[in-house]
Amino acid sequence: MKLKQLSVFLENKHGRLRELCAVLAENGINIITLSLADTEQFGILRLIVKEHNHAKTLLEEKGFVAKLTDVIAIEVSDQPGGLSEILRIEENSGIGVEYMYAFTIKSGENAVLLFRFDDMDKAVAALQNAHLNILGSVELYQRAEG
Amino acid sequence: MSKFVVENRIWDKEESLTHHELGALQGARLKETVERVQQVPFYKEAFSKTGITPEKIQSLDDLQRLPFTTKADLREQYPLRMLAVDRSEVARYHGSSGTTGTPTMVAYTHNDLKNWANLCARFLTGGGLLPEHTVQIAFGYGLFTGGFGLHYGVERVGAGIIPAAAGNTPKQIMLMMDMQVDALVCTPSYALTISEFILQNDIPRNALNLKYAHFGGEPWTEDMRTRIEDEMGILCFNNYGLSEVIGPGVSGECAVRDGMHISEDAFIVECINPDTLEPVAPGEEGELVFTSLCKEAMPIIRYRTRDIASLNPEPCACGRTTVRMSRVTGRSDDMLIIKGVNVYPSQIEQALLRVEGTAPHYLIEVDRPDRRDEVTVKVEIMEDSFSSSMKEMQGLKDRILRTIQGVTGLRMNIELVSPNSLERFIGKAQRVIDHRPKS
Repeated sequence: MKLKQLSVFLENKHGRLRELCAVLAENGINIITLSLADTEQFGILRLIVKEHNHAKTLLEEKGFVAKLTDVIAIEVSDQPGGLSEILRIEENSGIGVEYMYAFTIKSGENAVLLFRFDDMDKAVAALQNAHLNILGSVELYQRAEG
Repeated sequence: MSKFVVENRIWDKEESLTHHELGALQGARLKETVERVQQVPFYKEAFSKTGITPEKIQSLDDLQRLPFTTKADLREQYPLRMLAVDRSEVARYHGSSGTTGTPTMVAYTHNDLKNWANLCARFLTGGGLLPEHTVQIAFGYGLFTGGFGLHYGVERVGAGIIPAAAGNTPKQIMLMMDMQVDALVCTPSYALTISEFILQNDIPRNALNLKYAHFGGEPWTEDMRTRIEDEMGILCFNNYGLSEVIGPGVSGECAVRDGMHISEDAFIVECINPDTLEPVAPGEEGELVFTSLCKEAMPIIRYRTRDIASLNPEPCACGRTTVRMSRVTGRSDDMLIIKGVNVYPSQIEQALLRVEGTAPHYLIEVDRPDRRDEVTVKVEIMEDSFSSSMKEMQGLKDRILRTIQGVTGLRMNIELVSPNSLERFIGKAQRVIDHRPKS
């Protein structure tokens, strides 16, 4: 039920993000969605790509530090209250959100929320109990491609 | 600029001996010192290794046959193995300034303290101090030799002391105004902080009665002198010293302010090429080496200061005949002086080795924006320590910051960079980029 996110360390250097994107582009790797956490001195780029193992190898060859991290993807209807409901469930279970980001899928009806929780297994159990639609990798890639 | 004029006064007759008189005095005192250091196992061994006995040292010309002493030697002899007298004769201890790395301790007998105060009285007098003046000492009072050294020097001259110690800038200024202080003693960088506070708070110049200042404890530049003098309307004098040799009082400027007069009756100075160890020509830059001539508790032979400066043997218009040293323009090792604290790149390395998840690949960048030293340490992270969680990455950064602070006593900016992104060196690594203006 967990999904692989490609996490990349980005030092504060001019052109570093562009370099990274170029590596993916040259190899035909499409970014499904991404989120960038930044501080004044460095950033953490979180990417969802289908070819994450290959992308990791390619980036490492170019001197990037990359890691595969487990995240959870939840599909909700693209309406007010979707995110709020998930946060309420996790809060009631005593689980904290480390970070999250979201994107809407091409058909337009639904949104996908990506989460990293401080206790991933407990989070999955709580979400399943609440009958939320947790997406596996295959389902997510399918939806992303529309 | 200051309207204050320093009258030319000389404290001791030893400051203006003829070349012949000085040479004879130095020769006799060198012989005594060589006898004295036979009490120190370190020197006894160093002498016997080179086959030198005290009898072979007859005059000043024999100086170059003596072994050098380095900071590393002193560290090895920590805490008191360099002591040449019984501990019961020691009246005071001080320590090397700043860092919390391996310290070096120094000791003084009652005679040493008397001589030291007198040496400080010399440069203070040269730089305007009169018995009727009030002096505020904003140096740290503690193991650091600056506070107590200057304190007893001012006392020796007979002026009034306000031992304000370092820190609490508003209170320093309040004291200077309320007590109508004539002279300030501190590090030049602290003077900049004081000056900045005065400007920012629109304190009128005539609220202060400050006329002059004596700065030491760290290298500074002519540009800094001009700026402080313009902003504060005072005259600034430079002095030099280091705890291993005695503390402040090794040398200081006179009213002419063209180099610092070295008290040559108390110290023999040499200026050498740090690579060949051969003396450089007068006026040429080299590493300063000092031999103490009067110290009882911890005499020191040919101490390599690592400070780069030049010597000027020409007579000075003030009437002193002692040789003058230039400002210290650099170091022959990699020591940095940051906010008056001595820092070696190896200490950063030591700290990084203690923090899990970092490689000891680093680059230290020093700058002085807003007049304050600022240090950024670029540190390569290791692949395993990278996390997609910002909390964990910030935690790593904080651990590095705190560990470096624990080792050096300084808060530095930490910049995490990718593995293998810093330049690798074959041979001597270039770990430091210093953007601060040179004198």
